[in-house]
Amino acid sequence: MPPSAQPMAPLVLSAYTLVTANGRGVGPVLEALRTRRSGLAPCDFEDVGLKTYIGRVAGLEEFALDHELAPFDCRNNRLAWLGLQQDGFMVAVAEAKQRYGADRIAVVMGTSTSGILETEHAYRMRDLRTDTLPEWYRTRYRYTHNMFSLGYFVRTCLGLKGPALVISTACSSSAKVFATAARLMQTGLCDAAIVGGVDSLCLTTLYGFSALQLLSSGPCRPCDEDRDGLSLGEAAGYALLEPSDKVGGRGTVALLGYGESTDGYHMSHPHPEGAGAMRAIKDSLVRARLRPEHIEYVNLHGTATVGNDSIEDKAVYGLFGARPACSSTKGWTGHTLGAAGITEAVISALCLTHGLLPGTLNCRRVDGSLKSRILRENQTGSVSCVLSNIFGFGGNNCSLVLGKL
Amino acid sequence: MEMAIRGLGLLAPGLNGWDAGRAVLAGLSPFQPDAVPEPDAAILPPNERRRSSDCVRWAVHVAQEAMAQSGLDPGDVPTVFASSGGEMGVFDKLCRTLAHPERTVSPTLFHQSVHNAAAGYWGIATASQQSSTALSCYDDSFAAGLLEAVTLVCVERCPVLLVAYDLAVPVPLSQARPITTGFAVALVMAPSTDESPAVMQVRLEEGDAVGTGGLADPVLERIRQSNPAARSFPLLSAIATGGERIVRLGLLESQQLVIELGPCRL
Repeated sequence: MPPSAQPMAPLVLSAYTLVTANGRGVGPVLEALRTRRSGLAPCDFEDVGLKTYIGRVAGLEEFALDHELAPFDCRNNRLAWLGLQQDGFMVAVAEAKQRYGADRIAVVMGTSTSGILETEHAYRMRDLRTDTLPEWYRTRYRYTHNMFSLGYFVRTCLGLKGPALVISTACSSSAKVFATAARLMQTGLCDAAIVGGVDSLCLTTLYGFSALQLLSSGPCRPCDEDRDGLSLGEAAGYALLEPSDKVGGRGTVALLGYGESTDGYHMSHPHPEGAGAMRAIKDSLVRARLRPEHIEYVNLHGTATVGNDSIEDKAVYGLFGARPACSSTKGWTGHTLGAAGITEAVISALCLTHGLLPGTLNCRRVDGSLKSRILRENQTGSVSCVLSNIFGFGGNNCSLVLGKL
Repeated sequence: MEMAIRGLGLLAPGLNGWDAGRAVLAGLSPFQPDAVPEPDAAILPPNERRRSSDCVRWAVHVAQEAMAQSGLDPGDVPTVFASSGGEMGVFDKLCRTLAHPERTVSPTLFHQSVHNAAAGYWGIATASQQSSTALSCYDDSFAAGLLEAVTLVCVERCPVLLVAYDLAVPVPLSQARPITTGFAVALVMAPSTDESPAVMQVRLEEGDAVGTGGLADPVLERIRQSNPAARSFPLLSAIATGGERIVRLGLLESQQLVIELGPCRL
């Protein structure tokens, strides 16, 4: 009895927000998309000596979490906190709390590296003679580096008492949070959910992707014939999910479907034919009760590595042909890893709301071997249905369908 | 929410496999946690086995045991992997390397560091394309994993493999997270049928940690408290003693996962 996807009821994104290198809140992000202004700049993170570009969020070094949030203080949670302050998100959650009760709202977060930067710092400061980590670090591991730290932090900030967990499946983490939240709501374990993801720059990912020879020396160029790798970024994003029979009128942005799969092929290379990716996309369409021809825009995973972009193209072209407009927005934000799912879900929501199809930034000439219809320039016009793809290490894939009710 | 338990896997000092563990938990065999068991995780292809971390081999080993008992094809079974800290041994190696001026990270070490490493290796070993989630909820990671698995079974009407694991944390990270023994457990769950060897009803209730967990045996209770995956003990112990009991697992000090077990023949 292998699983087969069943249609789902739409879930309204009744509030959402995003912080990336392009700015704080959806306003600056939308403005950057419209004016084609990239958030990528030469790497100036700590003392990292790699020749690469990064999408660093400005200002994270200039404040600290204090009072009862002080134990959580680390780059990842500062970014998480900054995200919560934008676009009236905290107010929207407070109102939802009034409607449903604090124990009926779940928190499902995604991250790949959590606050590992704290552990990196602690190791540098350890006593080499006794192999002892500094005292300040020892009591704070739980609140910073531990994988649940982000979930604990967000739940604490929002004063929620429902189920909470952190999903960490590398790059697909904060796309999969939508699927987990949808199931928690469908089984009645909660009435609404805060989904989101936060991932911040650290040496582990900078030197790790460098070791895999996947970092571009310049700003990443998705789908370009001369693309040479990804640029790392950092981001925090959230959405409040509520059932469509409770909130949301015509034109509201909603999650219509999700699809999850694995490649079962390799830890860091995608399946050569994109079989796992196709399965995730197909399942997302089934859950959304849509056929491929309903999708007008595909927000590609589009990391700008040679392998990802060509294999994703095989999967997308195989299912949709060259009909829908396709683009990657990583030229603006960089690859925000565990936050890529929520970053691109919120960008997709902005595309739907504002009738914008962002052309792939930094793509000078589309790789001639790619068969999908890759947009290079921005287009405007009404959009009602968008597919967002996220694929990660461990062959972990997730596709989301977002649309207007 | 009702579902069947179709298979179990277990690995911890003194609990080498579900059969041995069941006998200990049922009080039929003495608990002798002397030797740390060595997982064979035979399902991993030799190359992957060589490259994999200890965490991966422990997780894959119990997954394989539970899957074999269930009689299901792994290619049909989505997976949920729950671990508080994930690859702590890999983080130790990575952070030592990054503290060194050269910072020469090995690509293998980097891909081993992801929280879904065990999930990924299991997918490769079984060539499965089913969905796979890796999650954490600190000390309540087993309960959170169970919640994710239960909702998958109920929404998708499919079998699900749940694996929970945390290994002994190496020095100096152990100064921040003192987990001293490894523990890995796996359950295969599925929609219930008349032939199911065990059926459970699961619900979520408001309530603090009072009345949750707690084993009578002080030695086992110490293990339960010392390793997040061992928070599964009350459920395993109830299954081992034939079921027909209610088990409560705490979730984040404000909720309880309430599990009503029917008769168990596992």
